[in-house]
Amino acid sequence: MGTRKCNQITSTGEPGPGDGGKTGSWRVLRPVIDPNVCIPARKNINACFICWLYCPDCTITRTIPPVIDYEYCKGCGICAEECPTKAITMVEESKFSSKG
Amino acid sequence: MYIIESGNVAAAIGVKLARAQVIAAYPITPQTPLTEKLSEFIESGTMKAAYIPVESEHSALAVCIAASTAGARAFTATSANGLLYMHEQLHWAAGARLPIVMCVVNRGVGAPWTVWNDHQDSISQRDTGWIQIYVNDHQEIIDTTIKAFRIAQEVNIPVMVCYDGYILSHSHMPFDLPDQKLVDRFLPPYNPEDCLDPKNPTNLNSVTLPDVRMNIRGELAHGYMELRYLLQEDLRRSIQVVADVEKHYKEIFNRGEGPYLEEYRCKDASFIAVSMGSLSFQLRVAVDALRKEGIKVGVIGIRLYRPFPDKAIVKALSKADGVIVFEKAISYGYMGTLCSEIASALYKNAKTPFVHNYILGIGGRNIRTEDLVDALRNSCTKGKNTDSADTLGWIGLKI
Repeated sequence: MGTRKCNQITSTGEPGPGDGGKTGSWRVLRPVIDPNVCIPARKNINACFICWLYCPDCTITRTIPPVIDYEYCKGCGICAEECPTKAITMVEESKFSSKG
Repeated sequence: MYIIESGNVAAAIGVKLARAQVIAAYPITPQTPLTEKLSEFIESGTMKAAYIPVESEHSALAVCIAASTAGARAFTATSANGLLYMHEQLHWAAGARLPIVMCVVNRGVGAPWTVWNDHQDSISQRDTGWIQIYVNDHQEIIDTTIKAFRIAQEVNIPVMVCYDGYILSHSHMPFDLPDQKLVDRFLPPYNPEDCLDPKNPTNLNSVTLPDVRMNIRGELAHGYMELRYLLQEDLRRSIQVVADVEKHYKEIFNRGEGPYLEEYRCKDASFIAVSMGSLSFQLRVAVDALRKEGIKVGVIGIRLYRPFPDKAIVKALSKADGVIVFEKAISYGYMGTLCSEIASALYKNAKTPFVHNYILGIGGRNIRTEDLVDALRNSCTKGKNTDSADTLGWIGLKI
């Protein structure tokens, strides 16, 4: 099961989630949203979404509540920095992996 | 129709006949008259192409990379430190598999500053993944420039056509001008299946991870290593493609020698001199002189340097008792690059001729034919017992 049948000679790909590989494995710190503090989650309204706007890798959805795609989130922490209500905390990744 | 022109103008006419669509180059001696001629062609309307002035050789190749990615036939030319300045983009052009053609008008590299001929500039780009062809007269300059576009687009690998600064670039010689209609028959327009398309955006050569990965459609895609393996595989495959293209050119234009090397008086030769570029023609004169002394010596001029046509070279050399390699470049700290590669190729053979190496003509040092005769006679008569079997011989050195 090799890559020869993909029939390409250069690194080209349609842009979209995953074209750069599953970059979530690079993460050291994981952003965790507290729904009791997050504005759209707490008030159940389409508001704020600063995290969605600022995420450089488009890994946060514009939904109630916002959902982070950890397959691609690199853990840069911009969302936590920009969140006006400080609803996002950066948690050491090792705390999740040790649990399982 | 025969015309008399300089080597640089021969190259420029070749580029025009090949209908290159984008030219980006930065003037550097001794390449300058080539790009000047191309800009004249475009300015006067005799050549339909975009001439993009740039502020450096690095940008010149960057423009060609962009143009080629957009599906245009792109050409640039440079020499010496200009080529060294392109180095990063040379790797990029090969890795991006773009059929760019470049004339390298061979010149020594600084420091100290020199504008005269040797081969250190292009030999130093040996490992960039480009095809390199060294030519030895004006006819070969124009013919090989046209062939290079065909080879490049057959294998999606860029090609350097290397010719000696001043000796070929600035000397005027007669050559047959290929007919435009025949060139069009030989070289179809460049219409790549994949090129930049605003309606269908793609990521090109972005960060490619060490391991293979799924693309967004869930299909397994190459990692970096697979793509680099394919470059090597296709370069080795292009040895045959170069021969096929030569054959096709010969069918249409009725001229051209062997695709990999040109042999002179080699059939019965016990000793064979080897070189690249115009030096191989000068060596023919030395060989003629030694033949009169009864020494059975011939000469081969290697045209295709990368990919290295090792099988053809071994076939041409393995029957000889001795091989004497004359080089205008050196892998500093070891020996002439061509010599070490020839020795390496011959090593696989049961019968291995002795291999001598002479460095000469560095920075344009005059190469006297009588010095070539003396060196050849010395190697042919003393064979394995000469000092130069262990140490490099330098011809014309006055230290």
